[in-house]
Amino acid sequence: MAYPSQLGFQDASSPIMEELLYFHDHALMIVFLISSLVLYVILAMLSTKLMHTNTMDAQVIETIWTILPAVILVLIALPSLRILYMMDEINNPTITVKTLGHQWYWSYEYTDYEDLMFDSYMIPSEELKPGDLRLLEVDNRVVLPMELTIRMLISSEDVLHSWAMPSLGLKTDAIPGRLNQATLSSTRPGLFYGQCSEICGSNHSFMPIILEMVPLKIFESWSSSMV
Amino acid sequence: MLDINLQKPPKGKWPTPPFDPRFPNQNQTRNCYQNFLDYHRCLKTMNRRGKSTQPCEYYFRVYHSLCPISWVQRWNEQIRDGTFAGKI
Repeated sequence: MAYPSQLGFQDASSPIMEELLYFHDHALMIVFLISSLVLYVILAMLSTKLMHTNTMDAQVIETIWTILPAVILVLIALPSLRILYMMDEINNPTITVKTLGHQWYWSYEYTDYEDLMFDSYMIPSEELKPGDLRLLEVDNRVVLPMELTIRMLISSEDVLHSWAMPSLGLKTDAIPGRLNQATLSSTRPGLFYGQCSEICGSNHSFMPIILEMVPLKIFESWSSSMV
Repeated sequence: MLDINLQKPPKGKWPTPPFDPRFPNQNQTRNCYQNFLDYHRCLKTMNRRGKSTQPCEYYFRVYHSLCPISWVQRWNEQIRDGTFAGKI
C-alpha cells in the first residue's frame, strides 16, 4: 500500500509488477544518464570564455548523435514489448471474479459455483477504528486465493470507473456495457489497496478497493461462509 | 513448501471458463453474450427435437461465470417480455 513521502512504486506483489519495476529502473536510468550528460554540456558551455566562431561541419559527432538515440530507443523498446506480450500471455485461470463499478462503490460477484455477491463501500472517516487507514478501508474486502491465476472481469453499472491495484500492476477501466478482462495473481498473502482511477462524480476519491489474498483453504471456507 | 497441486481446486468440479481462442483480447463482452445466446439456442433446438438439454449446460456454466448478474437478469426479463434483441 502507499506510505507517506513515497517516491517510487509500491512493492511488487505480482510477477508482472516485478517486471514493470525492473523496466522502470532501466528506462529511468537511461533518462538520468541523458539528463546529466545534457546538464554537464550546458554547464561546460556556460562556464568558459573560449569561443569557436568558424565551425563549418562536424560529421563525426552528427553521426554519433543520430545513431546513438536510435540505439537507445531500441534498448528501451525491446524490454517494453517483452513485458507487453507477457501481460497478454494465455493462461488458464482457476477462478473468475466480476467487479462492477457503481457511484460510488464496487460490487463483486463470484458465480463459478454458488452465486456470491456483495457490495464494498468505503468506511467513512468518522467510523474508522484505531490503526485503520483513512479513505482506504472498506466494509467487505475482496478475498481471493493467493498464488493462483484469477480472471477479473470489470464493468460498470453507470459511469466510467477504473479498477486499479498498483502493487499488482493492474488498472483496468470499468466501462458500462463492456466487460474488460484482467489477469490477477499475487505472489504473497496480505492486504492490497487500490482506488478508483477514473473520475466518476463527487465521491470518486471515496471508493477504494481492498484485496485480501489468503491460502486456498481459507478462501474456500470464507466463500462458503459468505454464500 | 507449498504444493502447487494442493492449491488447485479439486478435480471433477467446474473450475472456471477456459481460455476461448475466439475471444483472445481484453474485451470479453462478446464472450459472455455469445455463450448466453448459444445456451438459449441450444435449449430451443434440443427442446424442439425432444432431446435432453444436458449438453447445453456447458454454455450455461460459461455465461453464468462470465456475465454480470444484472445483465443476465435484464436479458431474461427481455426474453420473457419478448423484447430481447438477439436471435434465439
